[in-house]
Amino acid sequence: MSKSINELEEIARKCRVEIVKMVHRAQAGHPGGSLSEIDLIAALYATRMRVRPDQPDWDDRDRFILSKGHASPGMYAVLAEMGFISHEDLKSYRVLGGVCQGHVDMKWCPGVDFSAGSLGMGLSFGMGCATAARLDDSDRRAFVMIGDGEMQEGSVWEAAMAAAHHELGNLKVILDRNRIQNDDFCEEQMRMFDIPAKWKAFGWNVKEIDGHDMTQVMEGLDFLEAPENCKGPSILIAHTIKGAGISYMENNPSFHGAAPNDEQFHQAMVELGEVEA
Amino acid sequence: MTRMAATRDGYGQALLDLADNPKVVVLEADLGKSTKSLHFRKAHPERTVSCGIGEQNMLLVGAGLASSGYIPFASTFAIFTERAFEQMRNGVARPNLAVHLCGSHGGTHTGTDGSSAQSIEDLAVFRTLPNVTVLHPCDDVSTRILTTRLAQMNSPSYMRTARNKTPVLYDDVDPDSIQIGKGIELKDGNDVAIIACGVLVSESLKAAEMLMEEGINASVIDMHTLKPLDGALVDQMVKRCGALVTAEDHNVIGGLGSAVAEHLVANTFAPLEMVGVPDRFGESGQADEMLDVMKLSAKYIAEAAKKAISRK
Repeated sequence: MSKSINELEEIARKCRVEIVKMVHRAQAGHPGGSLSEIDLIAALYATRMRVRPDQPDWDDRDRFILSKGHASPGMYAVLAEMGFISHEDLKSYRVLGGVCQGHVDMKWCPGVDFSAGSLGMGLSFGMGCATAARLDDSDRRAFVMIGDGEMQEGSVWEAAMAAAHHELGNLKVILDRNRIQNDDFCEEQMRMFDIPAKWKAFGWNVKEIDGHDMTQVMEGLDFLEAPENCKGPSILIAHTIKGAGISYMENNPSFHGAAPNDEQFHQAMVELGEVEA
Repeated sequence: MTRMAATRDGYGQALLDLADNPKVVVLEADLGKSTKSLHFRKAHPERTVSCGIGEQNMLLVGAGLASSGYIPFASTFAIFTERAFEQMRNGVARPNLAVHLCGSHGGTHTGTDGSSAQSIEDLAVFRTLPNVTVLHPCDDVSTRILTTRLAQMNSPSYMRTARNKTPVLYDDVDPDSIQIGKGIELKDGNDVAIIACGVLVSESLKAAEMLMEEGINASVIDMHTLKPLDGALVDQMVKRCGALVTAEDHNVIGGLGSAVAEHLVANTFAPLEMVGVPDRFGESGQADEMLDVMKLSAKYIAEAAKKAISRK
């Protein structure tokens, strides 16, 4: 599962192209959070996840739970890149009967471990998966990606407290700290103050990185897997940019849940190096 | 002398019965002493997960366990299961994960704790969720049998148990006669059928005795499974008795009465009187006092039976 930084950056670039295509084709969806999370998910799957794309329900696989389930295009793009689904399947995003439901759904899409879409649920589910792994005496892990706005849900903190209480060293959270939520910037909607201090106070191992610097992303994933961080739950706080990679979407709250028009789509493809200007 | 017992004790006993299955795990939210999962905890602490006072987390920890091949039994007070309703909806029922949720202390019969603890809407809300089986047994024996059957199901469930003791009706019963989705005719009659669940089953039997003194021969059904409803048995009662009463310690809106009414209007019509909490919150009182305050006790069930007959 060894990949160079350049290779990982290219995988993430291809996923960005698919994200924009999916949302443009559907004229609906959530590009901003998909683009902020994509470097992290791509690197995680390409270098760490113990999974079998040809056997997606393999019992002893690592679990990945996209708790911010609206950012599904990012996950679908990675699943296609890994071979869980085909690139043709990506065209079914938000289409009746399609494997790529609006929000990630374990009943519809191979490789999806949890049906998300309602914020604040994935960490608890991941705690259940991690508890099961411990009961099975398995070394499989549960990785959970949460959003920063999502931390406003109280149930996240129920789970954070419980996972630390039970010393679930096989539970690994990646926080996509993109600073924007549905209506506006987090800072306007609900200030969250010192986020690393909050998680430390709940008993978690904490590390902060730049979630778009692939070298730092790999260091962050090393941190999550380090033996000294497997005695209790760990969180990687990844500072990201909502809409990262597409200039007009970056740090723009209006692209939390809106699709680009044809002109904007063309510009995105140019910026991603897919077509000539 | 009739043995008295609480259904929650049957639940606790069933968890111990199930413990031989290493996939059975128990989840608690700081009410194991009350829901009676504590017996399992004492015997099998390694398979008991304390979720603290956090019901939302508990439901989804259960979902994660179920998705990994375990059979989680989670319990708290019926009223607090409702706090995790959306977790049950989106994280359990929607992906059809076999988490078995038990809400103890359901209904106004819960008594002196007062209205904050007396869930009168749990059966209604969980009945609206696709994939979820909804149960409300009437005694400890049937609760024990039905709970052990849940472990064989590949879909989620909600079971309400009661805090306080009621007469035991199934001592020495053949366990095969108690099956999920099959109502049980406890008393045979042909003038009116009383279809009841939970603590009102024994009240309904008392009502039938009162009616017998007036020459009215009532059938009494223990409809321990609200969903899927035993529609064939309801049809049989319509045909044989021509008038129905439902009885439940639950809001008249959305519970057993509604389930039977939904079936009736889509099938063969018969007059139906619904005995239930009259769309109001409870208050502190002894269990038997609450049944009178809410007009749920035997005499009210008997009155409803006569009214149903008069509407034939």
